[in-house]
Amino acid sequence: MAVTEHPGGETARQGSGFWPSVWNAPASRWGFAAILLLIPAAAGDFWLLQVYGWTFALGIVALSLQFLGGYGGMVSLAQMTIAGFAGYMVAIFGTSSVEHISLGWPWWLNIPAAIFLAVIFGTITGALAVRTEGIYTIMITLAIAAAFFFFVNQDYVLFNGFSGFNSVLPPTLFGVDWREPTAYYYMTLFFAVLAYGVVLYVSRSPFGLALQGVRDNPRRMAALGFNVTAHRIAAYAFASVIAAVGGLLLVWSNAQVSPGTQSIDWVINILIIAVVGGMSRPIGPFIGAFIFVLLENWSETALAWVGLSPERFKLVIGLGFLAIVLWSRDGVLGIWESWRARSRRDPLTGRAPGDDA
Amino acid sequence: MTDTGVTIAERMSANATQSALELRGLGRMFGALAALADINLTVRPGERRAVLGSNGAGKTTLFNCITGDFLPTTGSIRFFGEDITAFPPQERIRRGLRRTYQISLLFTHLSVIDNVYLACRGVSRGRFSLIRPRRDEALMQSAVELVDLVHLAEVRDTIVAELSYGQQRQLEIAMALAGAPRFILFDEPAAGLSPTERRDLIEILTNLPGHMGYIIIEHDMDVALRVSESVTMMHNGRIFKEGRPEEIEDDEEVQALYLGGGHGHG
Ligand SMILES: Nc1ncnc2c1ncn2[C@@H]1O[C@H](COP(=O)(O)OP(=O)(O)OP(=O)(O)O)[C@@H](O)[C@H]1O
Ligand SMILES: [Mg+2]
Repeated sequence: MAVTEHPGGETARQGSGFWPSVWNAPASRWGFAAILLLIPAAAGDFWLLQVYGWTFALGIVALSLQFLGGYGGMVSLAQMTIAGFAGYMVAIFGTSSVEHISLGWPWWLNIPAAIFLAVIFGTITGALAVRTEGIYTIMITLAIAAAFFFFVNQDYVLFNGFSGFNSVLPPTLFGVDWREPTAYYYMTLFFAVLAYGVVLYVSRSPFGLALQGVRDNPRRMAALGFNVTAHRIAAYAFASVIAAVGGLLLVWSNAQVSPGTQSIDWVINILIIAVVGGMSRPIGPFIGAFIFVLLENWSETALAWVGLSPERFKLVIGLGFLAIVLWSRDGVLGIWESWRARSRRDPLTGRAPGDDA
Repeated sequence: MTDTGVTIAERMSANATQSALELRGLGRMFGALAALADINLTVRPGERRAVLGSNGAGKTTLFNCITGDFLPTTGSIRFFGEDITAFPPQERIRRGLRRTYQISLLFTHLSVIDNVYLACRGVSRGRFSLIRPRRDEALMQSAVELVDLVHLAEVRDTIVAELSYGQQRQLEIAMALAGAPRFILFDEPAAGLSPTERRDLIEILTNLPGHMGYIIIEHDMDVALRVSESVTMMHNGRIFKEGRPEEIEDDEEVQALYLGGGHGHG
C-alpha cells in the first residue's frame, strides 16, 4: 500500500525547537522560496503589482491582526486604520502633490517618523481596547476606525479632506524606482518575508509566549507575575509596527493615500483576509490576501461570464467568507490541517503516526 | 500605607516582623453572601498549615483574596510585613507569593515546558523580551528542573491540553514552585490524583526547603495532617478552630462538623 511521504516540517510548529528550523526546512519550502524569487521572470506587470505586490502588502497588514488575534486573542479592527495613518504621516512629512501640507523631509527621517507615530496611534488604540473582551474589543476598534475615517474626510488642514494626497512615492533608494513592477514585487516580498519571520520568531520569545499565555488564561498570567494589561498594550504596539510597514507599501503602490485607503470596507476586508486565511499561524494572512486579491480582480469577469452583474463581486466574497467560516474553525489553514490529519491517518487503524508524541 | 514614600527604615522594620502572612479582619461579600467574615490569621515564615472545611466554607475565596484574584471587602493583608491589601496580583507574586488553583488554570495551547518557563519568566526580568530563550539559559534550565521534579519529563514538549488530569495537577505544582517562592498557597493539590501521584506529592511537599512556608487546602485528612504542622478549621466563611494536627483530629466539635464523627483515631 502506498503511504504518502509527509516531510515533518509541520511537527516543529508548537515547539520542541528553540530556533526556527530554517536550514533543515523540507525541500518543498526551498522550492516555494525559489518560485517566489523567480516569479518576476514570468509574470506581467499587472500580476506583479496588482496581484502579488498587493497580496504581500495586504498580507502584512492582516499579519498584524493575526498577531493580535491569533496569539493575543484580541480582534482589532483598527489595523487598516493604523496602516492608513502611517501612509498619511509619510505623505505629510515627506513629499506629495499637496505642497502646502507636505513638509518634504528626507526619507530617512520621514519613514521612521511615520512608523513611530503610527505605533503611538496603535498603542493608544490598544490602551483603549485592552480592558474590554471579545465583541467589545471589536466595537471599540471599529469605532476608532470609523472616527478616523470620518475625521480625515473632513479635515483639510492636515489630512487634505476627501482628496487626500497624491504622488506619495517611495524613496529612490540604490537608484531604483521602487514603483516599477519588478522592484515593487521584490520590495513587498522582502518586507512580507521579514514581517513573517519576525512574527514567527517573536511568537516563541518570552514576549510572544506570554501573549499566548494571556490569550489562554489572563488570570493565571497575573498570578505568575505578569502585568496582563501592559502585555496586551505592548502587543498592540508591536502589531502597529507591522501594520505601518504594510500601510506604507500599500500607499506607495498607487502613490496615493485618501480616506478610502482605510474606509470601513477596507477595515472589514482585513478581517476577512485574516479569518479566511487562518489566524493560528502567520502564513494564514498571506493565503487570505492572495485569495482576496484573486477574487477582487477576477470575480467580476467570472460573474459577467455566467451572466450576473459585476456588482455582485461583494456577494461572491461574502459567500466565500461564509463558506470558509462555516466549514473550518481556522480558515484555509484549518482546512489544510484537517486534510493533512486525515491523509496521514492509517486507513486501517485510523491513527495518525504522530499521535504518540 | 501607600506605596509611595515608604522609607528604608519602614521596610526594614517590616522585614523584621515575624509573620509571613497576617490577615486582619478579612471579609469578602458576594452580594448578600459573606463568603469570608472576620478572618484573623497569622502564619510564621516557613510554617506549614492546613486549612480544612466543608464545601463552600470559603477556603478558595480566602486564597483568592490573599493572591489578589479578588479584592477583600474588608480587612487587611500583610505579606512579610508589607501591606499588600490593594496590590494587583502580579505585584504580590513578584514579592514571593505563589499559588495553585483548585481547578487547573493552565495555558492549554502551550507545551508543558512553555507553561513552566512562563512561570519562571513571570517573576524575573525580561518579561517583554523579544529574544528567544536558549536551551542553556538559566531560566530555561530551572524550568526543566521543575518539570523533572514533578515527574513530567516525558511529556515536557507535549501540549497541555493533551495531558491527563493528574499530570495537569502536577504541572500546577511545578508552576507554583517557579522563581524563589517565600510562601505558597496550595488549593486541593491532591484532589483527583492516583495513589502513586499522591505519594509523589507528599514527598515534594515535605522536601521543600525549610524556609518555604505554605497553606494547603486539602479534603483528604491523611494528606493534610501529614504535610502540615498546624491546622485551621473553617466553616461558613469563619475560622472556628486552630491547633496542631493531633488536637484537631481529636476535637469533638471538629469531628461533629467536618469528619462526621466517623474518623477513627488512636
Ligand atoms: N466568584 C464568586 N461569585 C459568587 N459567589 C462565590 C464566588 N466564589 C465563591 N462564591 C461563594 O462563596 C462561598 C465560598 O466558596 P469557596 O469557593 O471559597 O469555598 P471552598 O471552601 O473553597 O469550597 P470547596 O471545598 O468546594 O472548594 C460559596 O458559597 C460560593 O458559592
Ligand atoms: Mg475551594
